Amino acid sequence: MKYDLPTKEGYFGNFGGKFVPEILIPVLEELEEAYNEAWHDNSFLKEYSSLLNEYVGRPTKLTYANRLTEYYGKAKIYLKREDLCHTGAHKINNAIGQILLARRMGKDRIIAETGAGQHGVATATACAKFGVDCIVYMGAEDMERQKLNVERMRLLGTEVRSVTSGSQTLKDATNEAIRDWVTNVEDTFYIIGSVVGPHPYPKMVRNFHRVIGDEIRSQLKEAEGQETPDHLLACVGGGSNAIGAFYPFIEDEEVKMYGLEAAGLGANTDETAATLTIGTPGVLHGSMSYLLHDTDGQIQLAHSISAGLDYPGIGPEHSYLHETKRVKYHSITDNEAMEGVKLLSETEGIIPALETAHAIAYLDELMPKTSEDEIVVLNCSGRGDKDMTTISKNL
Amino acid sequence: MITTKNRVAQLFENHDDSSKIMSLFLTAGYPDVESCVDLILGFDKNGVDMVELGMPFSDPLADGPTIQYSSNVAIEQGITMEKILDIVKQVRKKSEIPIILMGYINPVIKYGIERFCQEASKVGVDGLIIPDIPIEESGIMTKEAEQHNLPIIYLVAPNTSDERMRNIDEQSQGFVYCVSVTGVTGAREGEEVAQSVQRFIDRVKTNISQNPKMVGFGIKSHEDAQKIAADMDGFIVGSALIDTIRENYPKKGWKDEVFAFVRTLKYGTE
Repeated sequence: MKYDLPTKEGYFGNFGGKFVPEILIPVLEELEEAYNEAWHDNSFLKEYSSLLNEYVGRPTKLTYANRLTEYYGKAKIYLKREDLCHTGAHKINNAIGQILLARRMGKDRIIAETGAGQHGVATATACAKFGVDCIVYMGAEDMERQKLNVERMRLLGTEVRSVTSGSQTLKDATNEAIRDWVTNVEDTFYIIGSVVGPHPYPKMVRNFHRVIGDEIRSQLKEAEGQETPDHLLACVGGGSNAIGAFYPFIEDEEVKMYGLEAAGLGANTDETAATLTIGTPGVLHGSMSYLLHDTDGQIQLAHSISAGLDYPGIGPEHSYLHETKRVKYHSITDNEAMEGVKLLSETEGIIPALETAHAIAYLDELMPKTSEDEIVVLNCSGRGDKDMTTISKNL
Repeated sequence: MITTKNRVAQLFENHDDSSKIMSLFLTAGYPDVESCVDLILGFDKNGVDMVELGMPFSDPLADGPTIQYSSNVAIEQGITMEKILDIVKQVRKKSEIPIILMGYINPVIKYGIERFCQEASKVGVDGLIIPDIPIEESGIMTKEAEQHNLPIIYLVAPNTSDERMRNIDEQSQGFVYCVSVTGVTGAREGEEVAQSVQRFIDRVKTNISQNPKMVGFGIKSHEDAQKIAADMDGFIVGSALIDTIRENYPKKGWKDEVFAFVRTLKYGTE
């Protein structure tokens, strides 16, 4: 299967596009041109790669999880350790890529939005590294839930703006960031933190994260003598860590891929973030994708124990991979995710982020169906330090 | 097929140049559904030439605090697409004022684009403005809109290139909505707007030739409007109207205050 998406117009099947006010169209065109040029410019790629190695700490390890493997007694389990990235999550890959692009475009004011704070911290870090002004929009409720990350951003010299409109979470922080962008298009670069938003963001963010899958391929070859895993797992909110891991394997049909989204209290309850499981197509934040919305098309509030997954939308490429059944998406409840945190902590001495815990929890369903000669790779999107308050409350 | 001429087209055709066409933006369901009908009928009697009825959305990313507020109030009070269309239906029993539905695409998608166009046309809607549908994405609804004789009005912004303005002019029907400032909706200081928009207005005049031109965003007074719309066919006021409603509702005589504001907007204080 040849995979060459998105189209020139930014579509993955029926999903994607540029559903934005007229003011942003020239800005997106300028961004796309700059990105396409940079992505084929060796000096840009060299600088990006060098920063990934020397600053981010790549390649991240592919760790054989021997005790977790013994626990299930089936396929061998490997962990891709994005939790070992500088700032503690994969988000920094993309923040570094976009800040280089912003500098190349001569934009000296950076804005971003953040939910759990990991993308905010990654952006604040990249801005500090390059001495660029940065404003991060964050829902007032998320600021309360993720105090530590707010402090980290402030220490890094970033202004964190509290968003009190609407749900006071990521969805409204994103609205505010877009409003700022619309108002300050001339000098402002908006670093979007996931594979969402209008074209070219979903493509660009995916490509800045594909290093995850590329490394899995070469590291697996070295460890096991085969380039492709039999099963590849990642959690999905907007879906950036997942697409980074999946993308280089889409054409390898033998690789079975699983995206795990947050069911919250249950996919059939009102307290959920299981967009692909129960959502329908619609437009939010600039692209056509699956959404959680009511019968009047008003966007619903998402719930997850993980602040990084409670987004009512999902990247358009995931919607496409879902509809074409190339990736299987399942939802995991808050309670199951907590079990995942405990399992990985106790068997491997790795405290995963609550986001990652959703992927770990799916092993209970997947592993009994595997055989001993198979290989499972699970992407550890981030570490759990930021979630310790929530984890302690729910243990 | 609808054979009567579209009310927007008629408005521009019959208008003499002695005054500018004034269009008002009102959030459907704000301050409440019944009042919307009364307000629009009152607008018709107080010098308003056209009404843009806003379809509230939970995530209005191009709107400032005022319209976000009115949208939230309307949603909390249970506004639905059926109720929005019913407002138009009620107005149509007594008035022929041109009415355009304006709002984000998601509620329209959820309602069903074909069903929406069919019903909007049937109750007497004269056009659509969907700010998050730029010309690139127009394919999502052009066929259905055309089939039901619903013109789609596109926007141009200060950073829209000359060539793109011409493209937008080609595809727009009814008029072209000229967004006078880079930013979200909301009333601004008159001088600020007037100074920054002159260059934009000059480009609009050069590049938009097929459609009438209406200017909006940031206008809050008759004086603003006269300055900004001097070279245009008319002007649009939204946030300043909502602010006036918000200041007066539900005090006794609030509608009269609103109509007085509307008359002043159109004719000034004489």
